[in-house]
Amino acid sequence: MTGSTVTALTTQVYRVYIRATPEAIWEAITDPAWSDRYGYGGRVEFDLRPGGAYRTLSNDGMRAMGVGEVVADGEVVEADPPRRLVQTWRLVMAPEMAEEGFTRLTYELADTRDGVTRLTVTHELDGAPKTAHLVSGGEEDSGAGGGWAWILSGLKTLLETGSPLTAAQPVSD
Amino acid sequence: MTDDDRVFKALADPTRRFLLDLLFARDGRTLTELESELEMTRFGVMKHLRLLEEAGLVVTRRSGREKLHFLNPVPIRLVHDRWIDKYTEHQVTALVDLKHRLEDQP
Repeated sequence: MTGSTVTALTTQVYRVYIRATPEAIWEAITDPAWSDRYGYGGRVEFDLRPGGAYRTLSNDGMRAMGVGEVVADGEVVEADPPRRLVQTWRLVMAPEMAEEGFTRLTYELADTRDGVTRLTVTHELDGAPKTAHLVSGGEEDSGAGGGWAWILSGLKTLLETGSPLTAAQPVSD
Repeated sequence: MTDDDRVFKALADPTRRFLLDLLFARDGRTLTELESELEMTRFGVMKHLRLLEEAGLVVTRRSGREKLHFLNPVPIRLVHDRWIDKYTEHQVTALVDLKHRLEDQP
């Protein structure tokens, strides 16, 4: 195995500190008006109770690229707003990842100092090596987005500045 | 020290970069596993891991009686978005400007 392979990952843990309340971050994760403004985008649908359905629906840009209506789906396992959300998650839009089945996602939000919230995302990816590679950012160079680090970086920027994280615009002049 | 300072300081050491590479190759390792890859005392490895944890580059989770170490790439991503993008973008713009200037010449 060389240093650049990531096939052995089965659990991935990501943590980011955001200058926002746990309530605001919870909303950004579970409300479709927010979810379309960072990371891969798309409008989420959450029935926030154990056994409730979860889906992310494609936006216009994704459909223009041939993505179907449902990007990802799963089920809510545990919802304790604004502290803890556990859900299953499967990427439906890519057949080779859809067939790997459901993975498990845990969001944990904790207050720290001075109005800063610590968000930890744990993604359990047993038996889903292709999905694991994608969410670790392994496909970024082929234009498939930078996975969780990229999603959370975008979430932080959106909540702290009010503007989405986009590629730097060329200065006109 | 700002968050960026902690990240740069943590990365400015070959042992700590090696520890991150070990976790990149296989995530979720115990202190004992990491220690076995280094010619260093357990105490020394713990010290480096603590600095990495303070910089947010390593996150620990308990699994039964074990404490597992995970690589957290988010702070590196933030440094990338804040610093690297800015300068590479400038470089690209400069090259485009140069190309236009050369093409404009008779």
